[in-house]
Amino acid sequence: MSDGVAPILAVKGVTLQYQTRDHLVTATYRVSFDIYRSDRYVILGPSGCGKSTLLKAVGGFIRPVEGEIRLNDKSITRPGPDRVLVFQEFDQLLPWKTVKQNIAFALTASGKLGGKEAETRALHYIDKVGLTKFADNYPHTLSGGMKQRVAIARGMAMEPEILLMDEPFAALDALTRAKMQEELLQLWDDTKFTVLFVTHSITEAVRVGNRILLLSAHPGQVKGEINSSGTDDIGSDGRPLSDRIEHLLFEQHIADRSTTHG
Amino acid sequence: MADARPVLHPRPEVIYQVSTAGIGVVQRPLSIGQRLANQGGLRKLLVLVILALIWEGYARWLNNDLLFPTFSATVTAFWQSTLSGELPAATWYSMKILFQGYAAGLLLAGLLTAFASATRIGADLLEVLTAMFNPLPSIALLPLAMIWFGLGTGGIIFVLIHAVLWSVALNTHSGFRGVSPTWRMVGQNYGLSDLGYVVRILIPGAFPSILTGLKIGWAFAWRTLIAAELVFGANSGGGGLGWFIFQSKNSLEIPSVFAGLLTVILLGLFVENFVFITAEKLTVRRWGMQH
Repeated sequence: MSDGVAPILAVKGVTLQYQTRDHLVTATYRVSFDIYRSDRYVILGPSGCGKSTLLKAVGGFIRPVEGEIRLNDKSITRPGPDRVLVFQEFDQLLPWKTVKQNIAFALTASGKLGGKEAETRALHYIDKVGLTKFADNYPHTLSGGMKQRVAIARGMAMEPEILLMDEPFAALDALTRAKMQEELLQLWDDTKFTVLFVTHSITEAVRVGNRILLLSAHPGQVKGEINSSGTDDIGSDGRPLSDRIEHLLFEQHIADRSTTHG
Repeated sequence: MADARPVLHPRPEVIYQVSTAGIGVVQRPLSIGQRLANQGGLRKLLVLVILALIWEGYARWLNNDLLFPTFSATVTAFWQSTLSGELPAATWYSMKILFQGYAAGLLLAGLLTAFASATRIGADLLEVLTAMFNPLPSIALLPLAMIWFGLGTGGIIFVLIHAVLWSVALNTHSGFRGVSPTWRMVGQNYGLSDLGYVVRILIPGAFPSILTGLKIGWAFAWRTLIAAELVFGANSGGGGLGWFIFQSKNSLEIPSVFAGLLTVILLGLFVENFVFITAEKLTVRRWGMQH
């Protein structure tokens, strides 16, 4: 399928560990996958499968203890503006800056653009997420969904090689979440940016992704990679995609349950 | 199958027509009286006026200018010593020393916090030092300051630094530590330099705490200064407000003593309720970091 085309991001046998006060925890074990240009690549797994840790490793905040992550064939060693993170937390916007300043700040701090151009581009992306009226508002005056829109606009304004989204809609109510997923897909139709999206929701993964990486729980190991057309199609086995994914992710539990019952 | 659960009770659907007619007031502006009563400043002014009236009444009834002068006598003394330039000169003298001590304290607090933020041993040092010195009232250091620096400005500045340093350093340090990990990651993500990270993420992120430290430091310094001046008295350059109070007492001009105290109160009120509140309104409140 991608013969002769080099992936943008290559994750090769990555094992991640972190320390808590009294434990050394292995978050992921020898995870490998490739992301190509314009992919909407989703990492899906139950809580505790290390998917957020994996995303932070791609962001350069955590170094793998084994394996390697390469962006455009260059090893990732530290955070950088070519991989922009969008977090789940609403406080990712800096409260002492207005919506416009938050985006312009990202552009100037990274040395991408100077003051005037940064502002122009900030306004362009604020318009894209439909918040032109709120450009001069401080973040605390916005709703949760609007804050996430600003964070996405900030990420997109950076025009990074890859946009990293860490459950960006998880803290939103169901209606807003569905609307945001729709908007994200529209934005993608516009600019075809590459995005790595982490979620624990099967519906969201099927909706947002074109390719879905399934991780097992604790430590995260790759269970498979699935293609999605975004509409939860009925597969050759007569089941919708989300059913298949649920089965793949939780077959162990289902098998366990049936043995105890039988 | 026998089901013990009660069967749902069927009811017809109901749709109502909603209108605002007959509700009376949906929204109307408040009357002038109600709006005035909602002004906190106005209500406090009223309290002040009542207190002044009580003061005046009690002093007239007591009729002893040496013990407790009337409010009007105090205001007259205040006005006269302001006109004669004596009170403004004393105030200016005090403020000059205060600013020197405050600035020096802030500078040292900045250095100490920088050291504490950069290294673990620095953090330990800061925590031990503040734990030791924060409970020690600056005034307790006065005898020592007199021996070390003599009866001059140096001694007062020394105790002022002590008054400012610890509270500012402690608050700034804990503010830095409390900066949200998400903001830290945002700062790193956009590739800020070390200095840029401190100036553009850490300091604004910790600003509520820093401002609290500045406020506490100022309050300590102001109280310490007046007390220290009472003890140190004047030197070659003249005397401050504390000295003005002390001198007036010595010459039994009690209304002037009250006028000096009134000045101390007014200045303290002005800085704490005007300067710092304005700073808060322009920063942390506007940013929604404090309500």
